[in-house]
Amino acid sequence: MAVTGAILVLFLLGHMVGNLKAFFGGDAFNHYAEWLRTMGSPAVPYRVLLTVVEIVLVVAVVLHMWSAVSLARRASQARPVKYAAKRKSQANGYATHTMRYGGVIILLFVIWHLLDMTFGTVNPKGFDAAPYDRLVAGFDPSRWWVTLFYVVAMIMVGLHLRHGLWSAFQTLGLASGRSYGKLKAAAALVSLVLVVGFLSVPVGVMIGVIK
Amino acid sequence: MGMNLTLKVWRQNGPSDEGRMVTYKVEDVSPDMSFLEMLDVLNERLILEGDDPVAFDHDCREGICGMCGMVINGVAHGEQRATTTCQLHMRHFKDGDEVTIEPWRAAPFPVVKDLVVDRSSFDRIIQAGGFISVPAGSAPDAHSVPVKKEDADAAFDAATCIGCGACVAACPNGSASLFTAAKITHLGLLPQGQPERDSRAKAMVEQMDLEGFGGCTNTGECTAVCPKGIPLDTIARMNADYLKASK
Repeated sequence: MAVTGAILVLFLLGHMVGNLKAFFGGDAFNHYAEWLRTMGSPAVPYRVLLTVVEIVLVVAVVLHMWSAVSLARRASQARPVKYAAKRKSQANGYATHTMRYGGVIILLFVIWHLLDMTFGTVNPKGFDAAPYDRLVAGFDPSRWWVTLFYVVAMIMVGLHLRHGLWSAFQTLGLASGRSYGKLKAAAALVSLVLVVGFLSVPVGVMIGVIK
Repeated sequence: MGMNLTLKVWRQNGPSDEGRMVTYKVEDVSPDMSFLEMLDVLNERLILEGDDPVAFDHDCREGICGMCGMVINGVAHGEQRATTTCQLHMRHFKDGDEVTIEPWRAAPFPVVKDLVVDRSSFDRIIQAGGFISVPAGSAPDAHSVPVKKEDADAAFDAATCIGCGACVAACPNGSASLFTAAKITHLGLLPQGQPERDSRAKAMVEQMDLEGFGGCTNTGECTAVCPKGIPLDTIARMNADYLKASK
């Protein structure tokens, strides 16, 4: 959970910063998209580094889900008889208790997002359009429900990381009583920065700052 | 004038019985009674009526033995923090309250009868490595091995674990990580615990998994209900020791 999660968080940070290119206009954004494919050129052939990143991400996602499913299965085997009384969280762990269903929502989002922005299957402009055109068409105000889904999914990502980030340090044995305060504050800050950064683009399209 | 309460209590005749919630009225409960004394009152009445009293574990009734424990209104040992069930007093309840009482729920804690569960799985985790091997003889002088004050304090905090099992009962995953980590921290922080530190962490964690406890997802529910307030960073220490031993 911790190691694969860390890989995914690093990816999210890069992805979020890259997205902000949309505020610098279509050429900047499309040029950035092209750069992702020509990274390391001419030493590295076209799209090789990007493909390597994609493979690492797919493996990380699969292992992350596999860990989550095995933890959930072990949990249900460890408590075959449920409590009759509703258990209240004693640890104020709202974010913690969204991890499992939130993870499923994030997975559904990722599938939609890939069909929308990568393969263009559900995008009004389709696969052949330039990345920037796909972006602007995808978040057109007439498709407000898509933007709404993005907002919900990003809030889920934020909650997921709010717990996941410091939890990874705990799992790897790197946390201590003294560092909890700082770790949790850092987790909240990184989650907030990611959510705001990611949401700025669809909201930018919605209100016409990006067109 | 005491309180009148409605109790919903888990009744189960034996390990193979299916079990069910049974409702009892308890009248004239004094706010000065402990939770267990309130159950004693119920049981005396049940015995007089020719009924079977509600079985529950208890011993010292002063919060240090770790025998008592039940899930009260969905919270292990009740909502009062850092308190065992025997030290929970009825003044925290109101007249007319409905109180649900259930045993610890975990596959490695099978119900023996009513609210009594078998916690031998904890004993087997201790047997796997929760000890230090020393030559027997007279006790050494207390100051013969120096221990840093902060290590002594942290080790003592961990050593206050009474093995009641509330951590398992409260954990959404049914994990025994806080219990196991408390023992690993207690011994692993002291000089006497160093020779077996790695093998201890590995053996105890493996035994914990073998018993069928769930995995830790760092929810912190265990620490929140722990009557001794065992801190969550003991689990980080256990993970660090375990990872080092597994290399």
